[in-house]
Amino acid sequence: MRLKYPASIKIVRIPCTGKVDILHILRAFEMGADGVYAVGCMEGDCHYDSGNFWARKRVEQARKILDTIGIGGERVQMYNLSAGEGPLFAEYAVEMHEKILKLGPNPLKLAKKKAA
Amino acid sequence: MIVADKKPIEEIIGEIKDYTTILILGCNECVTVCEAGGKKEVGILASALRMYFLNQGKDVTIDERTLERQCDHEYLEEIRDVADQYDAIVSLACGVGVQFTAEKYHAVPVIPGVNTCFLGATETRGLWTERCQACGECILARTGGICPVSRCAKRILNGPCGGASNGKCEINKELDCAWQLIIDRLKALGRLDDYENISPIKDWSTDRAGGPRRVVREDVQL
Repeated sequence: MRLKYPASIKIVRIPCTGKVDILHILRAFEMGADGVYAVGCMEGDCHYDSGNFWARKRVEQARKILDTIGIGGERVQMYNLSAGEGPLFAEYAVEMHEKILKLGPNPLKLAKKKAA
Repeated sequence: MIVADKKPIEEIIGEIKDYTTILILGCNECVTVCEAGGKKEVGILASALRMYFLNQGKDVTIDERTLERQCDHEYLEEIRDVADQYDAIVSLACGVGVQFTAEKYHAVPVIPGVNTCFLGATETRGLWTERCQACGECILARTGGICPVSRCAKRILNGPCGGASNGKCEINKELDCAWQLIIDRLKALGRLDDYENISPIKDWSTDRAGGPRRVVREDVQL
């Protein structure tokens, strides 16, 4: 299954989405990411019981913060799929890639250029 | 522990928008446990503020530091060499930490980053409830270990009042009547006779009614 997904996406591997912290998401934006999405297991299928629910909550909190500070909460997204759904993984990657293309680059990049 | 809640980022931004070098100062004690002002919350707030000001085109430096406590001289002294470099300090400690920091560093405005709420316990993660109002004269020995001062809306010492129904308080149907809890507990302890003893009038001078309080312990003073 040699599926293609956009080259713009950098995968950060973690043992469970329960490891995702608001700070990881915010730091990614601080460092110039245009969007961040977490891909967890199906709800109810977490090996650690509730890791993907934690991730969803943190994604929502990060969204609120990004909305408040004018970066745009819609740049963060949570997806759920099973380990056997490779095509869906690629589909979500394309969806996220296109969504971010529409939203444009992280506004901090422009701000940094202006400041320089 | 002292329970605090986060202040909205907008409110903090409103307080610090005119400064250019800011220290976000966390506290490793109570506010860390109630997830309002520990190292992690310092990191989140600092990151959000850095992005906000950069996006606004303002050149603002936001540094992070978390002290073991902000209510003790020895730990607050750790920022002695750097405090003056900042235009403002946002303290994520409780009101005690904010004030103690402000007292120690006169020249730097200290802004609270949390709302200090009460003395309480962690019932479950994300739920903290009040247990003590620091009245200065503990009566828990007489009330089965349940405090009517902090847990009864009326703070009555010989309850319950007429507003209790089905073990709940009239101000909120989800709130247990403290006196119902006291009676249940005394019954379980086989000490229901204690309930018959009328509590004398409490000396409220040890509470806030007597003004700001102090504890002097000459036995431990140097």
